Amino acid sequence: MILSASDLRKYYGEFCALDGVSFQINEGEFVSIIGPNGAGKTTLINVLTGLLTPNTGKVFYKDREITGIGPEKLSKLGVARSFQLVNIFPNFTVLEFLMVAIVSRLGKGTNFYSSLLRNQEVTGEALEVAKLFGLEEKKNVLAKNLPQGDKKLLDVASAFALQPEVILLDEPTSGVSTSEKNKIMEILVSASKEIGIKSIIQVEHDMDIVFSFSDRIIAMHQGKILADATPQEIEKNEEVVCTVLGQKECFKIFSTLLKR
Amino acid sequence: MKADNLTLKTLEPKNTSVSFKKTKTWAILAIALFFIILPRLGSQYVSYLILTFFGYAVALLGFNLLFGYTGLLSFGHALFLAMGAYTVAFFTSKFSIFPMEIILLVAIVVSAILAALIGAVCVQYIKIYFAMLTLAFGMLFYSFLIKFYYVTGGDEGMRVLRPYLLGYELSAIPKMQFLMGGYYYYALVVLTIATWVMWKIVSSPFGLCLMAIRDNPEKATYLGVDVKRYRWYAFIISGAYAAVGGVLLAPVIGQVDPTLTYWTHSGTLVFMTLLGGFTNFLGPMLGGLIYIFLQDKVMSLTTYWRFIFGAILAFLVIVAPGGVAGVISSLVKKGRRGI
Repeated sequence: MILSASDLRKYYGEFCALDGVSFQINEGEFVSIIGPNGAGKTTLINVLTGLLTPNTGKVFYKDREITGIGPEKLSKLGVARSFQLVNIFPNFTVLEFLMVAIVSRLGKGTNFYSSLLRNQEVTGEALEVAKLFGLEEKKNVLAKNLPQGDKKLLDVASAFALQPEVILLDEPTSGVSTSEKNKIMEILVSASKEIGIKSIIQVEHDMDIVFSFSDRIIAMHQGKILADATPQEIEKNEEVVCTVLGQKECFKIFSTLLKR
Repeated sequence: MKADNLTLKTLEPKNTSVSFKKTKTWAILAIALFFIILPRLGSQYVSYLILTFFGYAVALLGFNLLFGYTGLLSFGHALFLAMGAYTVAFFTSKFSIFPMEIILLVAIVVSAILAALIGAVCVQYIKIYFAMLTLAFGMLFYSFLIKFYYVTGGDEGMRVLRPYLLGYELSAIPKMQFLMGGYYYYALVVLTIATWVMWKIVSSPFGLCLMAIRDNPEKATYLGVDVKRYRWYAFIISGAYAAVGGVLLAPVIGQVDPTLTYWTHSGTLVFMTLLGGFTNFLGPMLGGLIYIFLQDKVMSLTTYWRFIFGAILAFLVIVAPGGVAGVISSLVKKGRRGI
């Protein structure tokens, strides 16, 4: 068990965004969280990364309680995240962007005096990460001038550059063309192996991606966990398929099942 | 038109040719040489204005670490400049301690401590709240200087006696000779060191983190940057720089008074920075230089100089948010593309 949540509840005023959510993530797992809009997926990620403090319940990373400790401390412990909406440093080049993560991981942020550009360790590692994500050619391009897919990739790459043990990806392929989605996912999986990331938790809407990459799927609805099972089991779970995935997906999955 | 923000310039695409780099080095050497021989060339008055510039230049370096690099607009930065200037006044006319090096050191330490205290409160806030808080602290110091007149001399202020430079007592020579001779070069050396150190700071890992905070504090937090702590460090460094600027300025003006910390004086620092361009390392200093000479010229022509300066500021914000340095660098870029 590397990350676990027990009985998380989070209210926004009257609205209950998380209603008693509990689960465990094991080492080596790729877990997808699915559910319709407003199911509480992003709230869950925000609570897990300590950005939000739940009203009740606890989050544990390994044996340590991390409820509400905040993203900065969490990143130092070994949990990183990427964002649903592009979250970048617009005026940074790709390389500088990655260097922020590396400087922070190496604890060199309070180095006031040494030249960053002459620091082989930092620049070298940033280049390594850029290579892993296929951004090497664009290392000197300003983040704001990158195409949408690369912006997204850069956001994820910077989280990977922290060399976390657990990474939470909030819709890593949203806003990206369908043709690019698979490419991004393949880069993610191979990069996480390269870096030594132990577990990936992602929120994702694209069911093709969810079903082809996940070891386990957690389906949410109205702040509750509806099902927590393998993709094969989820596919057979009518309730999940129809409430969580919606009619379109419902039809799509059933028609593929029928074809088989 | 939108101004691009400061980045690590050296990481720009490698189309920077060797000849351009050489031009840069020569340009810096030429500027240095110009300042060195200036007192021997032009009128004493010009050199006097340049001497004023040296003080402001150091303060502006600090101001822009906070504004251009960290994204925090301090509207009370004259507080620290005044701290520096009053330190010189206290030491020379009250404590009879004259060595400039000691005064500089004390000013740095005292203002850093003050900046640490004020900053601890201010960095909890951003944007307009940060600006207003710094403004409030500046005005608080202003009232302190006015009310505690038996210590500070009230609105009349205090006299600044001539400090010793490198242990040399130079009180026998006439004032202008002192300013144009030893003091000019002393201030020039302090400015050069301050510029060099600031350059080191902004191109260090710490500088990178500050720019990351400016661009996107939320993302910076997720990458493990302790945003508030780093803002606080920047505030302290920035305050110490402004104080050094104030120390350099005090012997030039010869008298310190509470208007040094009045909010309009903080506004002057903001104006200088916008005029020169906060998106360039040297921009604010260039702005300071232009401001001082422009103010001198316009003031001699009309009493409505504030009106003219207001118009200039409005024009700048709308047409050239990157300031004069922004215009120059875009011209240089165009020129290089043309070659």
